[in-house]
Amino acid sequence: MTIELILFIIFSSISAVSSILMITRSNPVISALFLIVNFASLAGIYLLLNAQFIAVAQVIVYAGAIMVLFLFVIMLLKPEREKLFTLHPRVKTFALIIAMLVFIQLVYMVFLSHPSSSVNPVVAESVKAGTIEQIGRELYTNYVLPFEAAGFLLLAATIGALILAKKKFD
Amino acid sequence: MIIPIEYYLILSAFMFIVGVMGVLIRRNAIIVFMSVELMLNSANLTLVAFSSYMGNSIGQLFVFFVMTVAAAEAAVGLAIIIAMFRNKMTMNIDEINILKW
Repeated sequence: MTIELILFIIFSSISAVSSILMITRSNPVISALFLIVNFASLAGIYLLLNAQFIAVAQVIVYAGAIMVLFLFVIMLLKPEREKLFTLHPRVKTFALIIAMLVFIQLVYMVFLSHPSSSVNPVVAESVKAGTIEQIGRELYTNYVLPFEAAGFLLLAATIGALILAKKKFD
Repeated sequence: MIIPIEYYLILSAFMFIVGVMGVLIRRNAIIVFMSVELMLNSANLTLVAFSSYMGNSIGQLFVFFVMTVAAAEAAVGLAIIIAMFRNKMTMNIDEINILKW
């Protein structure tokens, strides 16, 4: 057991357990807090994969900005009884069966395609690929048009959110 | 890099399935939204795993764009939820059915 495997087991079990707790809690605030735990452990997994920039962006953008937005909206709206949200138990069983089938299918596909035979990981290349220098160089040379489009999308989303939340639908 | 890439892919598949379950069994609009974020994150994990194991930074660039789109989606979606809540005073997605006829 190397330190890498131990860290992977710790982070992956935290993210799996917190994601299950996220969808089963009835209080939305607690759900949001478990989602933050999940995002933080994913940032740890990104660090294990030598993706430093993505790990930092995950903490700042997801666990910071987006989840604060979610918590703000939860606090703004009136808390409702989860009793109102009850679902027919048969629907729940059906959803569980469908999800298990899709999961088994995905795992089967992963083992069938056997991706570890087609990748040959080199640690030095992997570290180089994850640096902000490499990502920034790609972003501002070959991918400058998608970058501008992403900026335009954020502008459009800001204007759209303002207009949607501003006034009542009549 | 001694961990096989299959471990990351199975973790990602598991998180995606949990997100799908959240969308299917929860009726609270905000929790459905958070499950969608969980699914986006599991896709990001796959992209980062392949990008790192192949020594190519394009996958991480895509993750950057996915994060941008997720931020835009969260802002617009939460604005829609606020507008719907003003209109119908509910967050239950079974009662928000004005597009249904």
